Parts: sequence; C-alpha cells; structure tokens
Amino acid sequence: MATIKIRSSEFIDRGVIKPLPTGSSYMNVGSTERIVSAAAGLALMYFGLRKFSMPGLLAGAAGAALFERGASGYCPVNNLVQRGPAKKSVETAEITKSLTINKPRTEVYQYWRKLENLPTFMQHLESVSQTDERRSHWVAPVPGGVGKISWDAEIVEEVENEKLSWRSVLNAAVDNSGEVLFKDAPGDQGTEIYVIIKYLPPAGAIGSTVAKLFNPAFKQMLKEDLRRFKRLMEIGEIPVSEAQPSGKKLAFGDTTHDKIEQAYESPLL
Amino acid sequence: MKALCYNSVKDLRVENVPDPEIISPKDMIVRVTLSSVCGSDLHIINGFIPTVKAGDVLGHEFMGGVVETGRDVKKFVKGDRVVVASVIACGECHYCNQQSYSLCDNTNPNAYLPEKMFGDTLAGIYGYTHAFGGYAGSHAQYIRVPFADNGAFKVPEGLQDDSVIFCSDAFPTGYMAADMANIKPGSVVAVWGAGGVGQMAMQSAWLLGAERVIAIDREAYRLRVAKEKSKAETLNFTEVEVLEALKDLTGGRGPDCCIDAVGMESSGTGIGYAYDKAKQWARMENDRPLVLRDAIMACRKGGTVSIVGVYSGFADKIPMGAAMNKALTFKMGQMHGPKYIPRLLDHVQNGDVDPSFLVTHKMGLHQGQQGYDMFTLKEDNCMRVVFDPQKSLQHG
Repeated sequence: MATIKIRSSEFIDRGVIKPLPTGSSYMNVGSTERIVSAAAGLALMYFGLRKFSMPGLLAGAAGAALFERGASGYCPVNNLVQRGPAKKSVETAEITKSLTINKPRTEVYQYWRKLENLPTFMQHLESVSQTDERRSHWVAPVPGGVGKISWDAEIVEEVENEKLSWRSVLNAAVDNSGEVLFKDAPGDQGTEIYVIIKYLPPAGAIGSTVAKLFNPAFKQMLKEDLRRFKRLMEIGEIPVSEAQPSGKKLAFGDTTHDKIEQAYESPLL
Repeated sequence: MKALCYNSVKDLRVENVPDPEIISPKDMIVRVTLSSVCGSDLHIINGFIPTVKAGDVLGHEFMGGVVETGRDVKKFVKGDRVVVASVIACGECHYCNQQSYSLCDNTNPNAYLPEKMFGDTLAGIYGYTHAFGGYAGSHAQYIRVPFADNGAFKVPEGLQDDSVIFCSDAFPTGYMAADMANIKPGSVVAVWGAGGVGQMAMQSAWLLGAERVIAIDREAYRLRVAKEKSKAETLNFTEVEVLEALKDLTGGRGPDCCIDAVGMESSGTGIGYAYDKAKQWARMENDRPLVLRDAIMACRKGGTVSIVGVYSGFADKIPMGAAMNKALTFKMGQMHGPKYIPRLLDHVQNGDVDPSFLVTHKMGLHQGQQGYDMFTLKEDNCMRVVFDPQKSLQHG
C-alpha cells in the first residue's frame, strides 16, 4: 500500500481537511460477491445466534464478519492477498455543529485538547489515549455491546486556544477527520465552538445512501455530545432526571437505586 | 413514599414510588409540607402538553423541610425550612447570569425535546412533562431539589406555610407579569384571569405603582376575591362586552398594560370560543387564545401586552394587524423564579402581600384527583387546592 503524505499546509481554511480513504471506506469486493456475502452472512448470523451455544455464537460471529464484508465492500483478506476490483471513490459525509459555552476560551480549549477527556462527554467513545505528541488511539464500543472498534488519529494542525484538527490514520475502522474552532463569543458570552467532522461512509456507495439516512442521527449525536461538553464546562456535571421516583412499574430486579448507580457511572459525577 | 402520579388523561393516581436520593452533589432532598395545584397542571392533565408519561409525579409549586444535602450544597442544612422555585436553574449559564432563569441552558436533560418544539432548550420544571426535563414533581412526600443553592430559599422566621407556598410559583409568575408590563405612574393595568397567578399579578401591579387595576374573569366568586383581596375593579365577561367596557372605564383609551394570566385553555363567549374549542378538541390547535386576542384588541396604542398564561404550541387568529398598527409591546415567558423570590419573601414578611387567601382547600394526596376536579370545575369557590403530602400517611 502506498504511503500517504500528510502536509499540514493543505489545511488552512475551515473544513479543508478530508479523511483519507484507506480503511473500511475502501472497497475491494465486487458487487455480486458483496450481495452473496451479505446474504450468507445474515443467514449465518440468524441461525448461529438463535441458539445460545458456543458453536452457535461462532457461526454468528462468522456471519457477522461475512455480512460486514458484503455491506462494506471491504475484505481484509482480499486486501492482504491484493485481490479484488479497483477502488472506487466515495462521497465524504460531513456534519457540523456549533455551540456557545459560557467559559473563557483557554479553559474550553484546554479541556478539549486533553484528548483523554473526550469520552467524558462523547457518549459513544470508550477511551482516547494520546500515544505520542500527535497520535492518539480511539476506542468505541459497538452498539449492542458486541465488541469494540478502534482507530488511530493524528493531529494535523494545532493553534493553541484557537483550532485543533485531526484525521484518522491508515486503515481506520471509519475514515474520519475533524476540526474544532474556538472563538470568543461576542458580548462576553464565553466561547463559541465550531465542530466539523467528515467521514467516509464505511459501506462504499451503498454506504453513501445509508449515511444520508443516518446523517441527521449523527448530527444529533454530535449535538448531544457538545451539549454534554457545555454542561460539563459550565456546571461541572450533566444533569439527569431519569434516576428518580416515578410511579411507572419497574421491570423485575430493576430498582431506582440501580438507576442511580447507572447515573453515577458517568465519570462526571 | 406516596406520590400523586399521572396515569392517563384526567386520571391521576396515588402510587407507592421509591424515595428520591441525592444524585448530584448539588442536590438536596426536601420533605414536602405543602404542594399546590396550578392552572398549568391542567394543561398536562387535560392532554394538551405532550411528553407526559404514565407514572410521572406531578406538582411544581411547593415548600418543605430539608432532610438531606449533597456535599456541594452550601446555603442549607438539614432542618431548614425552604420554598423552592418551580423552575430549575443552574445559576452558571449565560441566561442564569442574566437572571433569565427559566431560559437556563443546562438543567433540561431532555433538551432535544423543546429544541424540536420551540427551537431551543428551556429550563427544567418540576413535574412538568419530559419536554421540561422529566423531573419528578412535588405532589409527593419527598422531592429531590437539584441545584439547591440556586433554586431554594430559606423561609423567614414567623411566616406561616400558607403565606409562603405561593412564593414558589404563583407569586413570582404574577410579579413577573407586572414587572414585564411596563407599569408607570398613571398606568391602568388590566389582568385577564382572577385565579392564583392573576391575583398575584394584581397585587404586584399595585406594588409596582399602578394607578388602577382591572380584573377580568367569568367566575363571580373570583372577581369578588379580586375586589376584596386584590383591590381591583372587576369585569365579568359573561355579563359585559369586555372591549367596550374597558374603553368605557378608561376614558376611551384602553388599559396601558394588559396581562394574560390565563393562557391556552381560556374560556370565552360566542363564535370565536366555539371555533377554538372545536379545533382544540380535534387537536388541530393546541392553544385557545381568546384572552390573548382580547388583550391585544383592548390594549391602548403603544401599550404593553404581558403574557404569563401558558401556551404550548400554535394559536390561530392572533390579531397581528392590531398589534402591529397599534405599536404594542409583547413581553412574555415562564417566570424567572430565583430573580424574584427573595424580594417576594420580603414583601410577605413586611405584610405588603399575604397570598394565604389563595389556599381555599387543603387535602391529602389520596384526594388528588378530587382536588384537581374541584379546581378545574371551580367548585366550592375554589381558588387553589393545596396538598399536604404528609397527611396521606394516615390513609391508604
């Protein structure tokens, strides 16, 4: 695989940075093969996971892998043996959000810049660890609790207290890049943050359609993450109302205390 | 503990629910001694405000005694007697810094709901649907008070519960209505709605220097109270043509300040009322804005319309032509409780206002449905039913 050069001079203006199409957005499985893979994968998952046994789970896992190969059009085995059709370019999906935080810009920037802090408000991240000055390792649980995905990212530009941009490095689970800008809000209202995230839909051309469908959800996710960030910065906590008395019938074994424990699991309290 | 919960439209039930616990270090737990019904609860109970769920504990106007404090609570200790603002505010965001507490950015965990309904997030309110945060309400033996240092206020020695309870919501709402109405020396203030909030608006109008105060309602007994307790002139809209009467009473000018203390389920007469009632029944219109229409039409040129009656969605046939061409000022909002409560407690302590006349009925939680029915139907000259949640201990 060719080495990709990252030149920070490319990233002068907002949102110029783009993710590198190296990981799962890169397709190397043909169309017919993808359909067959996906269908076979689904069938295996269905029959495998119907029975809660070791062989069943294994069949289910194999099915999931096959399905992913079909859905994404990317096969790691093909990649290794240099097999498969030529790569296709895919459309970059983009989400942007901005929010005003009633705290000084340096404070807001410094909290964000310590990348280990990000999972305290980015609900779908498990951890971020800085591996060297520029590189970081990101881990996110897969929805449904059946494993994790992880990727490495690299800071491509940093202007202290003003701007931070990054992008995922080779073979990321989701090729992505992003930029956060920090500006003084007018009229002594704190700091405006502008977030631009770009990603290459993991499922290739089909994925572009899927991304269009899911983009509003991602946008809402980003918005909620930023809101949590704001609340954390402004009041040091993220208020909850779920873990409290209600007359609704609780499920067996479910107690208000458990719910409070869950609320406490948030690292913010 | 026992709590009065929403079950379905016009169906409230007392349930055994778990006791509240401290969740954040800024929380405290209050043992509720009084918790009032409020006209705005009726919009929820009657099914006009979405996002209420079966099991939600209702009630947002309350006072009580502190039984437990989180480690970051500085202003209170166990045993303090407190009255709590119905609106939950963080005290740290830009809006709280401006004392616009009901616009707090941070206390609504379900911020996305008002964002969808109203275009932005709003403060949480106790027991007031999930769009307003989904916080458990005060019609319960105990309640968790988040951001206690910002929302709760110590009750001065020597004041009776009945005189203090309405400093939680009705008095600050009425006071804010008067505050927004731009009352100046010589101002004539008309108040639509002679319920709890309306009465407090009338008395606040006097505090802020009104020249005359006129009360408008359909219930003779409420107008009687407005005359006796709030020193208002009164108009019964079932007996007189209000717009004409207001002109006749004010040298042909109309009131300088018009306060809507009724909101979305207002009553009226004639074809307009039937039209709105039908649309609202069919859920084609959330709001039945008869009072608002009258306030706009009655208001003198260049005057101010101040709205504290609750609206939840869309309202039809608002006379914008009259509002625009008469150059009216509109001011409105949910009340910014903590901004006003300290000065209102002072007024109560000084004897300027004693809101205790609003407590016409006291009940236990087990009489919750009955209490709300009585309040809705305005039976037995009911102004406000106030629950004593501890009283329900003796009953199933």
